[in-house]
Amino acid sequence: MADVFFNGKIVGSVANPQEFVTKIKSQRRKGKLTSSLNIAYDEALDIVNVLTEEGRLRRPLIIVENGKSRLTPDVVEKIKKGEIKWSDLIKENIVEFMDAEEEENALIAFDESELTPEHTHLEIVKSAIYGSQASLIVFPEHNGAGRVTLGAKMLTQGQGVYATNYNLRLDSDVSVMHYPQKPIVDTIMYKNVNYEGHPVGQNIVIAVMTHEGYNMDDAIVINKHSVDMGIFRSTFFKPYNCEELRYAGGIRDVIEIPSKDTIGRRMDEDYTLLESDGVIYPEAKVGEGKVLIGKTSPPRFLSGMEEFRVGVEARHESSVAATHDDGIVDAVMITESEEGNKYINVRLRQPKNPELGDKFASRHGQKGVIGLMVPKADMPFTADGMVPDIIFSPHGIPSRMTVGQLIEIIAGKVGALGGRYVDGTAFTGEDEYDLRKELHKLGFRENGAETMYDGKTGRMLNVRIFVGDIYYMRLKYMVSNKYHMRTRGPVQLLTRQPTEGRAKEGGLRLGEMEKDVLVAHGASLLLKERFDSDKTVVPVCKKCGLIAMFNHYRNKGMCPVDGEDAPVTFLEMSYAFKLLLDELKSLCIYPKLNIKYKD
Amino acid sequence: MNLDESEKILPKNVFTKLKTKIAEYKLAGKKAETAVDKVVESYKKSRICPAESVGVIAAQSIGEPGTQMTLNTKHFAGVSEMNVTVGLPRIIEIFGARKEAETPSMNVYLKSPYNNSEKFIRQLSATILEVLLEDVTKEINVDLMNMQIEAKLDLEELRNLSVNFNTALAALKNGLKKCEITEDGDKIIIKPKSDIKIGDLFKLKVVASEILIEGIMGIKQVVPMKRNEEYVLVTAGSNLKEVLKIKEVDKERTITNDVYEVWKVLGIEAARTAIIEETLKTFNEQGLSVDVRHLMLVADVMTNDGQVMGIGRYGVSGQKTSVLARASFEVALKHLFSAAVHREVDELKGVVENVMINQQIPVGTGFYKLKMKEAKKQ
Repeated sequence: MADVFFNGKIVGSVANPQEFVTKIKSQRRKGKLTSSLNIAYDEALDIVNVLTEEGRLRRPLIIVENGKSRLTPDVVEKIKKGEIKWSDLIKENIVEFMDAEEEENALIAFDESELTPEHTHLEIVKSAIYGSQASLIVFPEHNGAGRVTLGAKMLTQGQGVYATNYNLRLDSDVSVMHYPQKPIVDTIMYKNVNYEGHPVGQNIVIAVMTHEGYNMDDAIVINKHSVDMGIFRSTFFKPYNCEELRYAGGIRDVIEIPSKDTIGRRMDEDYTLLESDGVIYPEAKVGEGKVLIGKTSPPRFLSGMEEFRVGVEARHESSVAATHDDGIVDAVMITESEEGNKYINVRLRQPKNPELGDKFASRHGQKGVIGLMVPKADMPFTADGMVPDIIFSPHGIPSRMTVGQLIEIIAGKVGALGGRYVDGTAFTGEDEYDLRKELHKLGFRENGAETMYDGKTGRMLNVRIFVGDIYYMRLKYMVSNKYHMRTRGPVQLLTRQPTEGRAKEGGLRLGEMEKDVLVAHGASLLLKERFDSDKTVVPVCKKCGLIAMFNHYRNKGMCPVDGEDAPVTFLEMSYAFKLLLDELKSLCIYPKLNIKYKD
Repeated sequence: MNLDESEKILPKNVFTKLKTKIAEYKLAGKKAETAVDKVVESYKKSRICPAESVGVIAAQSIGEPGTQMTLNTKHFAGVSEMNVTVGLPRIIEIFGARKEAETPSMNVYLKSPYNNSEKFIRQLSATILEVLLEDVTKEINVDLMNMQIEAKLDLEELRNLSVNFNTALAALKNGLKKCEITEDGDKIIIKPKSDIKIGDLFKLKVVASEILIEGIMGIKQVVPMKRNEEYVLVTAGSNLKEVLKIKEVDKERTITNDVYEVWKVLGIEAARTAIIEETLKTFNEQGLSVDVRHLMLVADVMTNDGQVMGIGRYGVSGQKTSVLARASFEVALKHLFSAAVHREVDELKGVVENVMINQQIPVGTGFYKLKMKEAKKQ
């Protein structure tokens, strides 16, 4: 007896599960049950799963009966003539959809020639074993599975035109590439997914060689001239927004140029770009600290010193360009929020040319950052005078075994020289042998190698260099959005230690393990100096050992326990430790400091 | 420098080695002196400087190879299903000074000529193997009608383990003094002498099933193995105390991998050696080399007050004198409160405390202080 589950809920049991499954399947094929139903028998758990839920991944396969494909030459002929359509194939039980569960019970032939009576299905196209992303990789059957996976992942990170209406959108942190190209070497999937409408890379000339060590460890050397000519150039967009909020009691924010008596007002200079409505104008050049949208808020509560200030009416709440956000105001949009408040969007635009440290990748999981930009004059060149755009290190090849990339370079060269597109679809793409023969006919060495000359000395290189064309992507990770350094900067209010993170201009933490290294070296003074960031000098009462006060006007100490004229001395300690002493006091623990001279 | 002078400088072990080597190569005069000089120089160079932070260096030297160790691996020692904890879990077990080792095991060496007699080995294996009542019974039932326990013996199993029916009976009589033990065919009936509750009867059943019939308690498995021309008994489970009582056992070489047991049976010095040997073995098994001196330091710290202490909150780290150092390592409040209650004074002499208050740490260059008198104010 096998339990039957319908969409995950138990509905009963059957005595003969195999027979039950076959019966249901035949009913489905007859059209008596919906074609979106899948059924599978799990022998290990002795369970029959019937699934009609939405959200299952299903894929079409040709039905095979007695070792014969139902997609006969007659049917193919009819499809070619346009007599029958895809829906007819499903209706006539030539093709059916499989889900992951039912696939467990199926035996799917990869190719028609390997069909046996045991087979239940046949792949429509061989390359259908790859998913939508991996199908965009050319010659993936020549690569390892890991590299294909990485390549598929990086295809999603390439810069291109992410949406054709990007000009009307306000996506945060997106890039749009200026001159995306469709690849010379592609797969059948490229047409199916309208990839040509939004490509993510460019066809470039690559030379596989080392270049003075600047492309070691996966780095790439890029031709400065190509960069100047606009290779991989893109624009980065970053939106800022501001809402005129309403609060209880009829008070509300005001978007305006804040008046001089606003609390927390910045320098006059920072407001120069605002127009009379308090919003910046399009095409304004902004830098760090410039106000984009001026806004004042009513004070939340009056306390402390603010109470004594005259004429306090507003707080400064403007949107200010962040540390690394210098750019040009691309668009200003004034609209209403859901609650009916005035809502302002300002989109900043930053031109991003490729620079040292930007990340690039081919479609074969071969990623790397720019290690050097070489002027055209210093780049190696071929006998024809061809200068490569990118110099890729050969050390990246043997251990990763991305043979597909090497074939793509040859195929790209054939395509570029022959003036045609090359099909690199998995299993069915153009043959490497034919491509090599074609390259030979075009007047080049069939293996793609060429004699090259050193750009600096003009001497011929002792080895021939593998040169060809490849589709390269600029990935969304760019140094200009990542780099960070700090000498002095903001500290946290509570601990007086440096803030954390790039956005807050934070410090680079010297952690526990790094501290241990200094201890192990016995570098005690260096260690002390490194941890000086929250150093403070505090007055301490010699009598009671508690933190005291010191009146600099009267040059007298004062202690909360021993009162006026207490003997006060000054101690240097980390502020975090002073905080610990304070916290101990809050726990009713008396942390008495016994003061004596160092021995 | 001649040999006799070097005796004052060199440690005993190095000196005796040097002496035998000089004798072996028949060195004399100038040659012997050069040899001695070189050894002395090399020895002086290898000594640790004062104020060197040996603890942190040891921690790093053990910690780094630790990152390369395989997590959670059991490795099969020999043919049988006997397995031994190795790798990082084993290191954690030793340094944590756990009372119950996960896979205790013994290497029982025998005196000559017993260590080459296959017959004796087989006989000894059988005698030390632990046989409990539950191992030789088909079932143990609680008879509520008569308020007694019936143990039905498995005669075949008895024969396999070469245990006599009467031995079983005697063992039970010895183990359960408060009960009356009678035999009834292949059954043994255990009846409490006084009236007891039903709950206690079930407890008695558990106790009875774990009564040792024959062998040594804790020895779950014995596998004889041939090592360098002699047989060694490798066991799963360990009971060093009882095994050492056996006359034919070589008391000098027989060893268990359970550090806690070594301490209890052989004393603290043996436990120290066991910690060093076991950790070194574990690292070497994984193809990692750690200098033995780091492990010796750790072992010294773990054993220096006469008991095996683990590295951790309840062991070494919890024993630190400084309140701040203890508080900085797990459960801060507990230490701070108890320090307040006991009016503890922190001398601020350790490394951790001085990092906390941002002062020079008393290690390396910060160890030495300049002492001078303050000039009197005029």
